[in-house]
Amino acid sequence: QEPQAPGLPEYVKIVEVGPRDGLQNEKVIVPTDIKIELINQLSKTGLSAIEVTSFVSSKWVPQMADHKEVMRGIERHPGVQYPVLTPNLQGFHSAIAAGATEVSVFGAASESFSKMNINCSIEESIERFEEVTKSARNMNIPVRGYVSCALGCPYEGNIVPDKVAEVSKRLYSMGCYEISLGDTIGVGTPGSMKKMLEAVMKEIPLSALAVHCHDTYGQALANILTAIQMGVSVVDSSVAGLGGCPYAKGATGNVATEDVIYMLNGLGINTGVNLYAVMEAGNFICTVLNKKTNSKVAQASFNTGTSN
Amino acid sequence: ATGAYPKRVKVVEVGPRDGLQNEKNVVPTPVKINLINMLSETGLQVIEATSFVSPKWVPQMADHTEVMQGINKLPGISYPVLTPNLKGFQAAVAAGAKEVSIFGAASEQFTMKNINCSIEESLERFDEVMKAAREVSIPVRGYVSCVLGCPYEGKISAAKVAEVSKKMYSMGCYEISLGDTIGVGTPGSMKEMLTVVMKEVPVGALAVHCHDTYGQALANILVALQMGVSVVDASVAGLGGCPYARGASGNVATEDLVYMLNGLGIHTGVDLQKLMDTGTFICNALNRKTNSKVSQASCRL
Repeated sequence: QEPQAPGLPEYVKIVEVGPRDGLQNEKVIVPTDIKIELINQLSKTGLSAIEVTSFVSSKWVPQMADHKEVMRGIERHPGVQYPVLTPNLQGFHSAIAAGATEVSVFGAASESFSKMNINCSIEESIERFEEVTKSARNMNIPVRGYVSCALGCPYEGNIVPDKVAEVSKRLYSMGCYEISLGDTIGVGTPGSMKKMLEAVMKEIPLSALAVHCHDTYGQALANILTAIQMGVSVVDSSVAGLGGCPYAKGATGNVATEDVIYMLNGLGINTGVNLYAVMEAGNFICTVLNKKTNSKVAQASFNTGTSN
Repeated sequence: ATGAYPKRVKVVEVGPRDGLQNEKNVVPTPVKINLINMLSETGLQVIEATSFVSPKWVPQMADHTEVMQGINKLPGISYPVLTPNLKGFQAAVAAGAKEVSIFGAASEQFTMKNINCSIEESLERFDEVMKAAREVSIPVRGYVSCVLGCPYEGKISAAKVAEVSKKMYSMGCYEISLGDTIGVGTPGSMKEMLTVVMKEVPVGALAVHCHDTYGQALANILVALQMGVSVVDASVAGLGGCPYARGASGNVATEDLVYMLNGLGIHTGVDLQKLMDTGTFICNALNRKTNSKVSQASCRL
């Protein structure tokens, strides 16, 4: 841990999305008991938010078909949140019945992406989410809002920052406590990240913003650094960088939690997360998935021939 | 605060030397020459071509004279070569080199293990090269290795980096490239190190040479740019692993660097597509996958 650099947040909350976003985008479908073991290991690392599953119809997302069993099977550690995705009211009810105490809704800054992904316009998706946030409010369940394609869309290409700000504002106004801005195809750079955040920060308080960067073009850490320098203090990442990019076959997707923590440690920023424990969880899931980790820190640490 | 970025950045391409020297497979001379010729067409202004070190120590660079004499030397492009001592320097000049590089380090143990002498002794050797270079008006670039950490000593003091950099700059090196040799640096340690070095060497004479072994390279480069550094070393396709961490990556990929600089509106003069094509060529020749994420993503979208 280094002494803190001036101007940066003292603490950054890491939101671990490996078990949901990560596993959903892996080639191999993982058995329920493995998912539960992964989440239980992550619960012991110091992470305070672990996205565990998705209450979407198994017809659309077979990888998350075991959502109820996962929700019921995991250890619930005090001080750790276990949010789940709920695309609509039906999913929300199902999640609550299974014991969920926090949910997430996924919007997008691109009409084309919204249509292709969830088969409706942005406006229609907002209406669906409003049903969820209404119910959630009645039950004191916090809702996190995601905005996909914040820095670019696989169909529309360039996305205007004001559009991101507009959708973010809708989600925030309907009651989402936090808005996670996702660079869904990883095309963003520190330049576009800055412009987008400047637009969104006019509408949403900084403390309610998170960034969800994909490393498809190797830009994730530089983009996250830019966001942190602008005051963002919540960062999404995925253990071992689980989850490829469905829009660029063979390319990487989520940024690796280990690499994010390594950077934050080097900046003297507190995360509360034990890097080695996360590497071990990453090692576990990669062994099961029979794949190499996408985390460079893990690659370097497990292979180094000298004492570092 | 994010601060202002330089309007232009000079990208120093080290793939043909630093990259290939650290690849498992040795590449035949014609392939090396073709690689350099392709790089010469991308808009890059500096391409480190080879190393005039004894083939006993670095067999991958044994064909240094043939490479130097075989490449197309385009006007406006510099083709520096490594010269560890006077003998190497003379061989380099005889083979047509017009710019050379010398490699120092901020770590005594690294220097001992790497070139079998102390830092002080290495500087004495370099001084001989500097004198000879001055006489024939050959510019010399100085490298300082282990600026953010050493595989043997661990933590390296910024003051030591500044001391070695200053000595090399005072000797006559026109530029000092600060190398995070094992890629352990982070934006925190990069900032701290540069703050101290910039007290001794003007920022206009500084370059950063970041390794991506821990995935930190682009973030580290970003910080360096924010502090006014405008010269960045990189390797096409991210050629060159890390000899200190088996299987781990080494050099940052030029494609990924240029992608980021483009996104920041910083001028490099480099054509990203031509660069990616060059990366594809050398990866095929080496029978390996690229380390460039931009290249990996672009092929499939």
